[in-house]
Amino acid sequence: MSLLEIVILLPLLAAIAIASGAQARITAVTASVINLAIVIWLALGFGAASRDADGYAYVFKRIMLDNPSIGFGVGADGVAMVMALLTVLVTFAAIWQIVDKPASYYTASLLISAGALGAFLSTDLFFLYAFHELALIPTFLMIGLYGHGDAAHRRAVAWKTTIYLGAGSLVLLAGLAWLVLEYSGGGRLTFDLMALRAQAASAPLDAAKQAPIFFILLVGFGTLVSLFPFHSWAAPAYATAPTPIAMLHSGVLKKFGLFGLIRIALPLLPAGATTPWVQQALIWMLVGNILVMGFVTLNQNRLDDLLANSSVMHMGYLFLGIAAGTQVALNGTVLLMFAHGISIALLFALCGRMRNQLGTLEFSKLGGLASHAPFIAVIFAFGAFASIGLPGLANFAGELMIFIGCFQFADPLKHAVLDAGGFGPLQWAAVAGLWGVVISAVYMLRAWRKIFQGSATSGLFMSDPLRGQRLPLLVLTIVLLVCGCFPGILLGLLKAAFGAAKVAAL
Amino acid sequence: MSVFTIEVFLALAGMVLLLVEAFFPKIPFKTLGGAAIGSAVLAFVLYLGCSKETSSLPGFVSAWHQLDTLALFYKGFALVTTILVLWLLLICAPYLKRFTVDGKFGEMLALPLIVCAGMMWMASAKDLVTVFVSLELVTVSFYVLVSATRKSVVSLEAGVKYLILGALSTGILVFGIAWIYGATGSLSFEGIAAACTQTGSNKTALLFATAFLLAGMGFKVAMAPFQMWVPDVYQGTSIPVTTFLSVGSKAAGFIVLTRLIDALTVQGSLIRSEVVLILVGLGSITVLVGSLPAIFQTSVKRMLAYSSISHAGFLVLALACRDSVRFDLSAGGIVAFYLATYLPMTVLGFLGLAIVRLQGQGEEIQDFTGLAKRSPLLATMLTIAFASLAGLPLTAGFLGKMFVFVGMVDQGWWVAITCAVIGAAAGFYYYFRIILAMFSPEPNEAKGSALQLGASARILCVALGLVILILGVYPRPLQKLLAPAPIAAQQAAK
Repeated sequence: MSLLEIVILLPLLAAIAIASGAQARITAVTASVINLAIVIWLALGFGAASRDADGYAYVFKRIMLDNPSIGFGVGADGVAMVMALLTVLVTFAAIWQIVDKPASYYTASLLISAGALGAFLSTDLFFLYAFHELALIPTFLMIGLYGHGDAAHRRAVAWKTTIYLGAGSLVLLAGLAWLVLEYSGGGRLTFDLMALRAQAASAPLDAAKQAPIFFILLVGFGTLVSLFPFHSWAAPAYATAPTPIAMLHSGVLKKFGLFGLIRIALPLLPAGATTPWVQQALIWMLVGNILVMGFVTLNQNRLDDLLANSSVMHMGYLFLGIAAGTQVALNGTVLLMFAHGISIALLFALCGRMRNQLGTLEFSKLGGLASHAPFIAVIFAFGAFASIGLPGLANFAGELMIFIGCFQFADPLKHAVLDAGGFGPLQWAAVAGLWGVVISAVYMLRAWRKIFQGSATSGLFMSDPLRGQRLPLLVLTIVLLVCGCFPGILLGLLKAAFGAAKVAAL
Repeated sequence: MSVFTIEVFLALAGMVLLLVEAFFPKIPFKTLGGAAIGSAVLAFVLYLGCSKETSSLPGFVSAWHQLDTLALFYKGFALVTTILVLWLLLICAPYLKRFTVDGKFGEMLALPLIVCAGMMWMASAKDLVTVFVSLELVTVSFYVLVSATRKSVVSLEAGVKYLILGALSTGILVFGIAWIYGATGSLSFEGIAAACTQTGSNKTALLFATAFLLAGMGFKVAMAPFQMWVPDVYQGTSIPVTTFLSVGSKAAGFIVLTRLIDALTVQGSLIRSEVVLILVGLGSITVLVGSLPAIFQTSVKRMLAYSSISHAGFLVLALACRDSVRFDLSAGGIVAFYLATYLPMTVLGFLGLAIVRLQGQGEEIQDFTGLAKRSPLLATMLTIAFASLAGLPLTAGFLGKMFVFVGMVDQGWWVAITCAVIGAAAGFYYYFRIILAMFSPEPNEAKGSALQLGASARILCVALGLVILILGVYPRPLQKLLAPAPIAAQQAAK
């Protein structure tokens, strides 16, 4: 039994315990704190742990079937380690901030956490996919059962999310199946990521085959990450979902799609990623995320809609990093995935609190709340600034690295440059992305001003949380600040992921 | 002790119980049921312990009896199925009492033992005559079982339909056997396989015989277009018998089909490509005619009947994937694997239906509404069962479907794959509709009283649910059972 297995199983066991009658809050909080402690401990020991050729530490495998080769394998490379840290941090905050809710809030949060951890830490495609599906089911149920708004509205949103994500998962499944079949070469099927990587290094597929598989994976994973134009489920889902679910899905689970592209699609199909038509399609889609969704977000007049849409918009930057594909850009992408997860979870936690206390989130009815709740005002400012990408907060480092990566023509990881040395589509997309930062600044600062400044509307009242409820907010804020000032903490974990060994292999 | 002795013991136990029930009417059903389950469990224990070598068989038996991996697997399968069905019969006793004459149903407890002996013989049959005799032992017992709840009109109707179509299919099967004898001059599977590879054999005659054999067996396993009887019979008869038909009878049909197809499509067979083509076509159609009507059913029992047809379609498709070298399992092994995962989920599904039915509610989907409130345990276990029937990953039902899909992709049968995908997608819809109903709030508060779950039903529920989950994440023992030596080792041996 390896520690990574325990990390995955613990939330599952806690969920089962709660379902069979254990005291919900104590069980859930205990499980999340233990998980947080284990993952931090593993991350601290990560540098010294023994690695295999692909940079995976803590590798452990139980064979389930010999042929086709399926096994419950766990292991963490730098990317998975960062994602696991993100998951346990957000899980801790999301579970801690639940107050006076039915036990199913706790079970659903734990199940989503277990699914996300399983998906990030599995080294077997079968389990990776299955764990993500496991996390989606409670998401749908919670939106449908306890979402905001009237019953018809939340049911409609739940169905829309289910259909979009279900269809996206099926496309993804088709892509993964095709990938596995092609790499098996008519012989034994293997779902083991390491075996597939070894095969991709020794006997890669032709570029002509890689391109369509990569594109299918891009659409499948992309739908899960709300890549434009497959994004329209995301904003209503996050605006409707109960607070812990919105935090966990937008903060953690959504990153699964990007994680899959970075860990499965890019290393196994390197030539597919750089095929011109695939790159061009990706660039058009991500510019859609940044610009179209940026303008859509500008136009929102409710806080929850604004946050939900901004979350869709910021996915554009992450796809930009993947499109660039250079070492610096990929490191930046993972950093930004972490930072975005923490900042959006923080903002959704605050938004949920405001909804409970104020009863409305329309900007026209809000104002002057900084005098009621100075603590909330300050924390919200940190979340908003991080989301914009101000220096000193974690998102800045990630975005900066992605932009630099887009202009780094002589990177050894970037195999086929579309526009050798010139100013091509990727660079134009980066320029559009830079303007996107301005759009973010406009809507986030405007939202902060409308909620917290000006004269208080009569009848509105909001208080700062009691000391115990400040903890999750403080933890997330401190993580944003620390990782913003010292991004080296996370980059140190990522060192081997896209490091020298990988470059040599390519 | 040899396997054959155990089979004889089972048949004798069944007959003794029948006589006891006839001559000593005062004996309570619990004693009879206990004796029946006891005999089946004893047989199973003896079976696990007894010698599995062909040399252990009595001399006169080994002429028509073989003990290969598949035969041994299906014998165990028949025993487990029989034990579960007998258990289900006892759980359903109050319902059975209501619908049988004088409240007596001793024959329903005795006949499954005889059916079990028949299925075990069928698993080792080496020639078509043995197949036919044991098949009739099973089918005739089923004629009685299907219509045993005689006070229920639908059960009688089901009995008549099953009798007429069963007899017709038997006739067709015998006609096919006669033709195959004419075409090959042999009734043993070995002889048929040898004749199929001889260039001098009459291909038309062989195909004509195959058509009749497939039609005859198609009735038994509910393969389209011979599946018409399934919804009515499954819906009409009592739930334990439906379960037995759906699992036991189907498995018995598939072991025979496996042997027959193995013989007809042996390497170098004249009619190999034709037989495979027929199987692919019929399998695809079966999946569609099973799963599409299932979408529109409001009765859970009828829905399960249609879904059982759809599963038969997947099994036929698995049988059609002859050349797949991907797995350690042969085509017949994949069928057996699929059936082994199909057993716990089907029994659990029908058990849940029986419990809901026994609480005085009907068999409609709306009767499942709010079940999660009334009995969280049952609702959880049924969720596992239906998710597994739908083929969700991490449950037992996923891997069988995956084998079929991978096998078909390798062959490039895109039309069949499309049909199977449609069938699987429809499956997700109709199974999850029940899950959704179970977890929706009950609109009628009066009906929302807690559901009584007896201790034995509770144990069976949890045990089957656990088996589904364990097989879903750790199917390796099952694969080892079906393929003791990995294919790589077999190829090295060759």
